[in-house]
Amino acid sequence: MIKATPKPLEEIIDYVKDFSNILIVGCDGCVTVCEAGGMKEAKILGSALRLYYTQAGKDHEVIETTVTRQCDKEYLAGIKDLVENADAVISLACGCGIQYLTEMYYHKIVFPGVNTHFMGINAERGRYEERCAGCGQCILASTGGICPIARCSKRMLNGPCGGSDNGKCEVNKDIPCAWHLIYERLEILGQLNRLEEPVSAKDWRTSRDGGPRVIIRDDLRKD
Amino acid sequence: MSVKTPSTLEKILASGQQAVTSEIGPPRSTDGAEIEHKANLIKDYVDAINVTDNQTSVVRLCSLAACIRLKQMGLEPVMQMTTRDRNRIAIQSDILGAASFGINNILCLTGDHQIFGDHAASANVFDLDSVQLLETVRLMRDEGKLMSGFDLPSRPNMFVGAAENPFAGPNVLVRAMRLAKKIKAGAEFIQTQCIYNIPKFKEWLKIAVDKGLTQKVHILAGITPFKSLGMARYMKSRVPGMDVPDNLIERLKGVPKEKQAEEGIRLAIEMMQELKGLNGVKGFHIMAIEWEEKVPELVKGAGLYPRPTA
Repeated sequence: MIKATPKPLEEIIDYVKDFSNILIVGCDGCVTVCEAGGMKEAKILGSALRLYYTQAGKDHEVIETTVTRQCDKEYLAGIKDLVENADAVISLACGCGIQYLTEMYYHKIVFPGVNTHFMGINAERGRYEERCAGCGQCILASTGGICPIARCSKRMLNGPCGGSDNGKCEVNKDIPCAWHLIYERLEILGQLNRLEEPVSAKDWRTSRDGGPRVIIRDDLRKD
Repeated sequence: MSVKTPSTLEKILASGQQAVTSEIGPPRSTDGAEIEHKANLIKDYVDAINVTDNQTSVVRLCSLAACIRLKQMGLEPVMQMTTRDRNRIAIQSDILGAASFGINNILCLTGDHQIFGDHAASANVFDLDSVQLLETVRLMRDEGKLMSGFDLPSRPNMFVGAAENPFAGPNVLVRAMRLAKKIKAGAEFIQTQCIYNIPKFKEWLKIAVDKGLTQKVHILAGITPFKSLGMARYMKSRVPGMDVPDNLIERLKGVPKEKQAEEGIRLAIEMMQELKGLNGVKGFHIMAIEWEEKVPELVKGAGLYPRPTA
């Protein structure tokens, strides 16, 4: 799922200090799982903002709500009245949800309430780890199921580099060397010979380098 | 291995003589005279001079310009090129530019991560890695093509090298396999990471010999003399992939501070003498970091002076 973290309260206060009717819109999807933007976080932020306005002696109204997913317009349509009545909206969805809400309510000021980081897994509560960079051309079949694009600091396809040290990345000792992990896995799979075959340059057009990516599935689309 | 390029380094290696290369780090300024000064210190003691490419991710005068300067001095540059800061468009462009000035050697590197340098906030590129850069140079040289398939009317005529670190993880076997991969991708010479752990280097070399790799590639053993005990400790604990055995630290500890530099030179010469006779070692790459003036002493001490004329 997508992983995000709440923005610092000071930053959000700075966005909304000149408004008085605020709608906070959480999302029941990814950001609820990583505890950055669900109903719980919306209520915490709402309380903090009300406290701020009260201490500042400002009239205010802060409303919290969530939708099932902010990346679906059908759900966003359901909060039309709440959005219309607010001076400004804080979206706690990932960057996709924030932008989709903005597209739907084009004349409304919408602020981001979280920082969106990556696609990752839930290693444990409060620890999320990136696993996939969404390159659009999955190579896991040839790397023992460990992605060097997401997990090698130099996104090398022919690692490990000369900085791999006792299983750790040269960048810092808290980062496992992806190619060390790949080596261990290839050994178990009996595929170590892969390490002697050069992997040629990747076509990055399906990655971050061809503009915003679009998937069109004709098999799913109505004629 | 037959000679394919005008490279002096290639000719000396092909003749079966031990080769000696060294390196210059360009200045963090516009001062071309500094490059000339460093080159003049070492030029009579080496066959070719590497120029580093923003090593440790610190911004310096570019390798290409410094190589052109060396070329204009009548010297033999080895242009180091990392994939960290350039995509395949810029890489191929720089190779064509270097070739237009008769730069006949290239060392293909991925490069240190930018976190180590003075621009940690920069966006890295890593469009290619070192292995893919090797393939690119060989494609341009041997097939006269760019990666796009474009036919070049004139080809870059470069002797193609790579680095390898026998001491990095996971183990010497994987490091030897990676050497094999780099040879498959087109490496004709290899300059190794600084060698301090000779037994481990020999282990790696033996695997390379047994795999027949040393018949296919010229290995130059990497030598970096210690300037001080502090430097040795720093290399041991702070430089990832560097293997400095405790007995060397102890040896430097055993001499007074003002004698440590001298001891470091003595140690480097001893290592060169030990490595010189090994099957599969075809010479040395001396990386005297900001200590270029010591290169002559090392080359003479190892019995590698005078240098042959190609």
